[in-house]
Amino acid sequence: MIRFNNVSKRYPGGFEALSNVSLELEAGAMAFLTGHSGAGKSTLLKLIALIERTTRGQIHVNGQNVTHIRRRRIPFVRRRIGFIFQDHNLLFNRTVFDNVALPLVIAGYRHQEIGRRVRAALDKLGLLDKERMYPITLSGGEQQRVGIARAVVNKPMLLLADEPTGNLDPGLSLEIMKLFGLFNQVGVTVLIASHDVGLLDRLDYPVIALDHGHLLAVEQAHA
Amino acid sequence: MKRARQNRPRSTPHWSATLRRMLSPRTWLTRHAQVALDSLGRLTRHPLATLMTAAVIGIALAMPASLYLLLGNMDRLSGAWDGQASLSVFLKDTVSVTAADTLAGRVRDWPEVVNVTLVTPEQALEEFRQGSGFADVLDTLDENPLPAVLLVLPAPDHANAQSAAGLQARLQALPETERAQLDLQWVQRLTAILALARRGVLLISALLALAVLLVVGNTIRLEIQNRREEIVVTKLIGATDGFIRRPFLYNGVWYGVIGALLAWLLVETGFWLLESPTRQLAALYQSNFQLQTLPLLLLLVLLTGGVLLGLLGSWLAVGRHLGAVEPG
Repeated sequence: MIRFNNVSKRYPGGFEALSNVSLELEAGAMAFLTGHSGAGKSTLLKLIALIERTTRGQIHVNGQNVTHIRRRRIPFVRRRIGFIFQDHNLLFNRTVFDNVALPLVIAGYRHQEIGRRVRAALDKLGLLDKERMYPITLSGGEQQRVGIARAVVNKPMLLLADEPTGNLDPGLSLEIMKLFGLFNQVGVTVLIASHDVGLLDRLDYPVIALDHGHLLAVEQAHA
Repeated sequence: MKRARQNRPRSTPHWSATLRRMLSPRTWLTRHAQVALDSLGRLTRHPLATLMTAAVIGIALAMPASLYLLLGNMDRLSGAWDGQASLSVFLKDTVSVTAADTLAGRVRDWPEVVNVTLVTPEQALEEFRQGSGFADVLDTLDENPLPAVLLVLPAPDHANAQSAAGLQARLQALPETERAQLDLQWVQRLTAILALARRGVLLISALLALAVLLVVGNTIRLEIQNRREEIVVTKLIGATDGFIRRPFLYNGVWYGVIGALLAWLLVETGFWLLESPTRQLAALYQSNFQLQTLPLLLLLVLLTGGVLLGLLGSWLAVGRHLGAVEPG
């Protein structure tokens, strides 16, 4: 699903966020991406979602080489990826329903189809009674679940999450991680960046460790 | 190369179904209608701000529109007088009154001529004596210095400048003619003034169109800044540039439409206010001249202009500022 060949990313100004990283995440896999802050976790996810472009090396997503993909093709790659942000990136002037519906509206779904899919996603995340509410009235955990509902409503084949539990207490964090596990069980490839080592230890998934932009190790799951 | 744990692969939605859904004309129309209504709804949520922007556009559109209408009315006025153009043929002093009368009869039979009046030197002198106030001076003259004149009135379908000039040449070619003169000068002067005015109005229109572009462009630029976060988020979840551009373009179109309607109201009200003074003035000239505004045509022109300028203005703003809003 994701393949990096000797990928480097140097930001304008010279800072090298990723150095010569090669890795592969197979379709249907779930893995954690870890490392101290500034290790390059966010950059790696941003390269996959084409928010940042590579300086050197090749990136394949779902069998497609996206390294030099044309700018106007980028939206169509992003539509097949569900991206979950630490700060949720919800639109605060729209209801929960409208926030979750946004990817479907962008993709041009019919009205009835949108309603059906949004309610299915909200139901899965236990937010069905919150659809008319505005994000500002929700708790941090609920906001993050809305963000996840928005990421999965389009049934993407790949879920990327950047510190999805960064602002949540441990109990909620574990709950959110288990949600990702559920999506993985129905076949979605999941890659989660997190520096919460304690939390990752309690979950049985491979861990990709980064340090100062270098790939340190890939620890396989214990099972 | 390192691998992470594998799980069941997942079938992807069939691409052709997606493509068909996106390209179906109904979806396309529905989507545009929806964006257009959303955009209008957004504008009506801030009625005062919207109205202020639209009023600036309205005034900027109303100015050239009313100037053009005034010019058009002047044109009709000069056109009405154009038909009364006549030619004066000054005959050589060797031509006798009888010969002049015969000549008048001959010219009267020309198809492009409606009527010919002979003014003998005596008549002309009498007229001049009464009209000019130089009677005393004229009395000192030994002989009549004035020639006989034929006043030729062209047929209505030959009264335009070109045909009249042709008739003038034909009259000039007569052996008895000293000089054939087309009495169109003042009409020509008016036409020249109108042409000058038209050029001036064109310049003003261009400047005001530019003003509309800038007003719309600036308004849309502010709107883009206000919705920056929303733009970034929608880009992150796969919105195309077109999808993001669309509501802003519709915003520009709506500004143009509202501005055009306001301009129409302004112009029609202005001309309605001018109507009765114009009629009074025309009555003093024994004319039944009336101001015309052609309200439907005017509305159509204003709407077209407003929409085009609004669209272009927002297009420029969007092209200039939307590219700068990128996630990262």
